[in-house]
Amino acid sequence: MDYFLNENQQIIRDLARRIADERVMPVRAELDEKGEFPWDIMRTIAQSDMMAINIPTEYGGLGMGGFEFILAVEELSRACLGVSTTFAANALGTYPILLYGSEKQKKKYLPDIASGKRLVAFALTEATAGSDAAGVQTTAKLEGNEYVLNGTKQWITNGGEAEIYTVIAMTDKNRGARGASAFVVEKDTPGFSFGKKEDKLGIRASSTRELVFENCRIPKENLIARQGMGFIVAMKTLDKSRTGVGAQGVGVAQGAFDASALYAKERHQFGTPVISFQAVQHMLANMATEIEAARSLVYSVSRYVDGGAKDVSKESAMAKLFATDVAMKVTVDAVQVMGGSGYMKEYPVEKMMRDAKILQIYEGTNQIQRNVIGQSLIKETAKKK
Amino acid sequence: MKIVVCIKQVPDTAEIKINPETNTLMREGVPSIINPFDLHALEAAVRLKEQRTVRVTVLTMGPPQAEGALREAISLGADDAVLLSDRAFAGSDTWATSYTLAKAISTIGADIVLCGKQAIDGDTAQVGPETAEFLDIPHISYVRKIESVEDTMIKVQRLMDEGYDVVQSSLPVLLTVVKELNIPRMPSIRGILQSKKCEIRTLGKDDINADENDLGLKGSPTQVKNIFAPESTAEKKMIEGTAEEKVESLLGELKKIKCL
Ligand SMILES: Cc1cc2nc3c(=O)[nH]c(=O)nc-3n(C[C@H](O)[C@H](O)[C@H](O)COP(=O)(O)OP(=O)(O)OC[C@H]3O[C@@H](n4cnc5c(N)ncnc54)[C@H](O)[C@@H]3O)c2cc1C
Ligand SMILES: Cc1cc2nc3c(=O)[nH]c(=O)nc-3n(C[C@H](O)[C@H](O)[C@H](O)COP(=O)(O)OP(=O)(O)OC[C@H]3O[C@@H](n4cnc5c(N)ncnc54)[C@H](O)[C@@H]3O)c2cc1C
Repeated sequence: MDYFLNENQQIIRDLARRIADERVMPVRAELDEKGEFPWDIMRTIAQSDMMAINIPTEYGGLGMGGFEFILAVEELSRACLGVSTTFAANALGTYPILLYGSEKQKKKYLPDIASGKRLVAFALTEATAGSDAAGVQTTAKLEGNEYVLNGTKQWITNGGEAEIYTVIAMTDKNRGARGASAFVVEKDTPGFSFGKKEDKLGIRASSTRELVFENCRIPKENLIARQGMGFIVAMKTLDKSRTGVGAQGVGVAQGAFDASALYAKERHQFGTPVISFQAVQHMLANMATEIEAARSLVYSVSRYVDGGAKDVSKESAMAKLFATDVAMKVTVDAVQVMGGSGYMKEYPVEKMMRDAKILQIYEGTNQIQRNVIGQSLIKETAKKK
Repeated sequence: MKIVVCIKQVPDTAEIKINPETNTLMREGVPSIINPFDLHALEAAVRLKEQRTVRVTVLTMGPPQAEGALREAISLGADDAVLLSDRAFAGSDTWATSYTLAKAISTIGADIVLCGKQAIDGDTAQVGPETAEFLDIPHISYVRKIESVEDTMIKVQRLMDEGYDVVQSSLPVLLTVVKELNIPRMPSIRGILQSKKCEIRTLGKDDINADENDLGLKGSPTQVKNIFAPESTAEKKMIEGTAEEKVESLLGELKKIKCL
C-alpha cells in the first residue's frame, strides 16, 4: 500500500532498504550464529546519517521526526532484528537527553550521537525492577559536586559497546516513584564496569549486558532534568520509543512474509505449487492483512506523536502491542507455510521467529501495554460520565 | 588539494544482453551504473577528505543523461561535478576520450587524478594512462593502497601478478585503481539531499581550450571494422580413466596431432 511518503521519507526508506539488502542480509545468519556485535553495520548506518535523522540540526542532526526514524527501523528489521535492536536502542538511550537534557548536555552529547561516533544505551531494568520500574535499587547520592552511583542494571541493550549511558537511579528511596532521577554516565568512568553478557534465544547480534556501579562518581551536571524526575523521564522516553518497537514488528513480519510467500510459490507438492492450496493462501492472506493493519497503525501513531500530541501513552502502547503481536504470529505462520524448510537454518524464518519474541517482552511487556491502555480507558470513561 | 575523479557511466552488465547477430551490446532499457572500479577511485578520494582539506570533483564525458552518474557520485561524498558533453565529442575512441578528459582536467585543475583500472564495457584500460600522457604528468596504474599523501608527494602500492610494488611519485599524478583498494561506502542521507539540488557544471568543446580536429570521430584514429567474439574452433575431448590410463591416452593424443 502507498502511504504517500514525502521525498525525504522515501530517500530514508530506500537507503535503509539498500543497507539492509546489501550489508545486513548477507551476514545476518553468521552474526546470529556467533552472537557477534554488528560493528561494521553500525558504522555503515552511522556513515549514512541514519543516526542523525531525528536529532535537531543545531546539534548536527537532520532535524527530521520520529516517523522518518521508524521508517529506517522497519527496513533494517526486515533483514535482522538483532541489528535493528542495536540501532533502535541507540535512539532509546538518546531520548532522555533529547527530551529533557540541558542545553549544555545536548551540545556535549548530541553531535557525537548524530554522527554515530558514540553509541548510546538506556538503563532502567534491574533484577528487582522489570515490569515494576519502582523496584529500582541502584542509588545515586549527592556528595558535593558529584553523584555517587551504586547498584547493578541488567539486560541493557548495547551494554559494553555504547559509550554513553542514560541511567535511572534512586536519589531518595523514601519518596518512592518521586525519588528516582536520570543521569548520563560515560563509559570508562571509574567505578563503572560491565558484568554478565547474556546468551539469548534471538536478536543475538545485539549485546545485552549487566552494568555495575561501585562508588561510581559522576559530575553533578550529569543529572538529566531535575532530581526526582527520573520516572517521568523514563516514561516519556518509552512513550516516544514504542512506535519504534512497533516498526520492528512490522519489519520482521514483512521479512518473514516475503520469504514464505516466495517459497510457497516455488515449492511443489501433489504436482502443484503449495501456494495453490487454499489453506496456504489463507494463511498468507491473513499474514498480509495483519501486516498492513500493523503498519497503518504504527505509521498513524508515529505521525500523531510527531504532530505534537501531548499524551501519547495509550496510542503508542497500542502500536507496540498490536504490531509486535502480529510479528510473533506472522513469523510462526511463516515457518508453518514453509514446513520443514522453515525450521532449518538454511532459511531466514526460524531466526525471525526466535527474534520476534523479544518484541512482546522488552520496552514493557505486552501485558503492561494492555495495562497502560486500560488505565487510559478508565481515565477517559471517568471524564465522560 | 584538488582531486578529480574520472567516472564513466556504463550499462549494468549484470542486466545486459548481447545481440547474437551483430555481437554488440543491447543497451536499450538497460540500467546505467557508475563503472564499478570508478566507485573505488571515488571512495579513495572521499577518504582523503577525512585526512586533509581536499576538494573532490567528479568528471565524466558522456551524453546529458550521464548527469545521473554525477549526482550519484555527489551522494557518495564528491563536492562538485562536471559533465563534459558536446555533439563534437561523439564517436570518440580512447585517444580522443583521453585527450578531451585531459583538456577538461587542465581547465579544472588537479593535484591528483583518479581513474578506475578499466571500464567494464569498453575494457581497454587505456584511458587512465593516456590521459596522464596528454596531461604530461606521471601515472601509477593498478593502485591497491594509498600509503601516504603529502603536499607534493604520494606513496602507493601497485598490484602486481605476484605481490605488489611500492611506488612514490611527485604531484600532480594520475592513479588508476583496483577493487582491492577499499570498500565503497553507501550514500548518506545528506549526500542524497545534496545530490538532488546541486548544480552540475557542463563543459563543451569551447570551454576546454581543445583543438576541434582532435575531438570526437574526427580525432579518433581507431576505426572499428567489425566487432565479434572470436569463435572457439578447437575440438575438445575429455579423457577418462585412472591416472595411468589418462596419462597413456594423453600421450597418444599428443603424438597423434604431432605435438610430441
Ligand atoms: C533482550 C533484552 C533486552 C533488553 N534491553 C533493555 C534495555 O536496553 N534497557 C532496559 O532498561 N531494559 C531492557 N530489558 C528489560 C525489559 O524491558 C524487561 O525484561 C521487561 O520490561 C519485562 O521485565 P521482566 O523481564 O522483569 O518481567 P517481569 O516483570 O518479571 O514479568 C514476568 C511476567 O509477568 C507479567 N507481569 C508483570 N507485571 C504485570 C502486571 N502488573 N500485569 C500483568 N502482567 C504482569 C509480565 O507481562 C510477564 O509476562 C531488556 C530485556 C531483554 C530480554
Ligand atoms: C572508433 C570508436 C568510436 C567510438 N564511439 C563511441 C561513441 O560514439 N559513443 C560511446 O559511448 N563510446 C564510443 N566508443 C567507446 C569509447 O571510446 C570508450 O568507451 C572510451 O574511450 C573509454 O574506453 P574504455 O571503455 O575502454 O575505458 P577504460 O580505458 O577501460 O577506462 C579506464 C578509466 O578511464 C576513465 N574513463 C573512461 N571513459 C571515461 C569517460 N567517458 N569519462 C570519464 N572517465 C572515463 C574511468 O575512470 C575508467 O575507469 C568508441 C570507441 C571507438 C574505438
